[in-house]
Amino acid sequence: MTPFTTLTGAAAPLLAHVPAKWTPVRRQEHAPSLEDDINTDQIAPQQMDRRLDPDYRAMLFRRQRQDADFVLNRPQFQDAAILVAGRNFGCGSARETAVWALMAWGIRCVVARGFADIFRENCLQNGVLPLELDGAGADAFAARVVAADGAAPFTVDLPAQTIGGPGGPDVNFDIAPADRLRLLEGLDDIGLTLKHADDIAAWERRTATEQPWLQSARDRR
Amino acid sequence: MPETLFDKIWRSHLVARRGDGRDLIYIDRHVLHDLHAPHALAQLDAKQRPVRRPDLTFATQDHTIASKPGRDDTTNPEGAPFLRATRAGSARHGIRLFDLGDPEQGISHVVAPELGMVLPGATHAVPDSHACTVGGLGVLAFGCGASELEHVLATQVLALRRPRRMRVRADGRLGTQVTAKDLALRIIAEIGVAGGRGHSIEYAGTATRGLDVEGRLTLCNLTIEMGARSGFVAPDDTTFQWLAGRPFAPQGAAWDRALAHWGTLVSDEDATFEREFAIDCDALEPQITWGTDPSQAVGVSARVPQAASDGMRRALDYMGLRGGEPLEGLPVGRVFIGSCTNARLPDLEAAAAVVRGRKIPPNVTALVVPGSTSVKRAAEARGLDEVFRSAGFLWGESGCSMCAGGNGDRGLPQERCVSTTNRNFENRQGTAVRTHLASPATAAAAAIAGRIVDVRKLLAGVA
Repeated sequence: MTPFTTLTGAAAPLLAHVPAKWTPVRRQEHAPSLEDDINTDQIAPQQMDRRLDPDYRAMLFRRQRQDADFVLNRPQFQDAAILVAGRNFGCGSARETAVWALMAWGIRCVVARGFADIFRENCLQNGVLPLELDGAGADAFAARVVAADGAAPFTVDLPAQTIGGPGGPDVNFDIAPADRLRLLEGLDDIGLTLKHADDIAAWERRTATEQPWLQSARDRR
Repeated sequence: MPETLFDKIWRSHLVARRGDGRDLIYIDRHVLHDLHAPHALAQLDAKQRPVRRPDLTFATQDHTIASKPGRDDTTNPEGAPFLRATRAGSARHGIRLFDLGDPEQGISHVVAPELGMVLPGATHAVPDSHACTVGGLGVLAFGCGASELEHVLATQVLALRRPRRMRVRADGRLGTQVTAKDLALRIIAEIGVAGGRGHSIEYAGTATRGLDVEGRLTLCNLTIEMGARSGFVAPDDTTFQWLAGRPFAPQGAAWDRALAHWGTLVSDEDATFEREFAIDCDALEPQITWGTDPSQAVGVSARVPQAASDGMRRALDYMGLRGGEPLEGLPVGRVFIGSCTNARLPDLEAAAAVVRGRKIPPNVTALVVPGSTSVKRAAEARGLDEVFRSAGFLWGESGCSMCAGGNGDRGLPQERCVSTTNRNFENRQGTAVRTHLASPATAAAAAIAGRIVDVRKLLAGVA
């Protein structure tokens, strides 16, 4: 896995889609209004290209990209490195293709007000940083991303745990120390676990005695 | 120190704390499927790593397999490479595959419980977010991605951050034609699609206890739609009676020994949960979704809510609905009864009880796809296939089918579809398809009436 230390590039905001013909329903709780609850079916609509080895770059937000105004259709975001969204990003299916599609675009960091559990794990498995910002800091940061509109880059500094760019000071973010370490070192997750091969074997021996039904999955007919 | 059931299962499966602080949790049973097995097995081969415990690993063809009678690998042409790669990979690694043509092929989350592969207090992983289904037997299950799948194949453990504990108490009694699906949809509507995120959910309360095992599987299946990775019901006599004699379950003295242990699998009385949510079921009515995420659910007699946000407005727009209009009476073009949520025998029986002696209108397409080939066989032995066919339903071969349209079974643009599945996301059941999630009985009633209807009124002859 490629280690993640710093990342600099355009930050693309996933703004909630409001057709021009709509009058606003009410002022959003946070401004600007970033899309909440983006699910993995939206991120990677695999139904449109079901192959063992699909074109993941073409798959990314493929349905939304049918709209010419969609953020990833704009020239300044063709090499976007950071995606900025609202709450609960990556909900729905466990499909890791959602992360692979982001990576195929060159996106190595998603900034959101929260991530679905499985999607967050899938990010970490692939060296993609799920960067959680919440509260007023998130509002201010989103406004800066929208104002920058891809004209100037943002920089994520994982060792320093900051994200910065035009329009204000660097913003601190929290990340679990284990997740930070894993990204920084680009650690092979399976390799890390296999250092405990003896512990796994010991657990199996103990369980074969104490709960033998767990260690045997035979068809008893 | 008092422990919750989650704590007990976690502790007994903790192999080691890894250097980076993650807990290595042993996975007792692992089931692969055609959509994600090919990639993970190819990765494993590329790194020349063996499958550590092929004897604890199973595979099934469910996501891309066609539902059409007489199917073969190429009936759904897009699925063929997935089916073949899963078959070749399973053979190469000595993994028991429930393949096309196998009398016990089916959806992993249906097959694993019905064969007794998963047992109370065990851990389980599937590269699919609905792995949580088997929590209905008191199993701690984890849906995972392809990389974590590869990790389990190579090591038989998952490296996890310990989730927080949440208890959902459902008390009272479910009324006639009010099912586990309705209860689950109501819970999601109350706590939201991210309400359980970062937590492991234990379902408790008298209404939960009153569910049969299939109902518990349905309830736990929808845990991921609350944002939680795992959800379970503590096992009890209902669980043990259901499991006894299943092919992979222990037998004889081994069963007695297991049973003695399973009796300890309860949360201690004074154990604490980080979060609690309670719901009373006495007044619950059949639920149906109106929007594009599973939390957008209301009682079937309710009206479509007025848009209170741009997100709701977008959902209404997609669904072709106006705020304030009644759900009852909306014309339906398609009905799907199937999926890991609602395609076990009691689900099909509940739907058949509504359908029996009635016919669907000619402008409705209705499809029933049993959750496994075993369920299909049992349903046919009871004549349910005839009940559905003579009413005008299509009767398919087992698999995930129209739940995510991964096998080519999809609706038409703008078509209104009442579905017993788990996700009403935009485009999930086909481009621009308008999905309403509901129970099997409510879906069957919609098929018969050609419109959304309260199944209780239909059966009483007043709808």
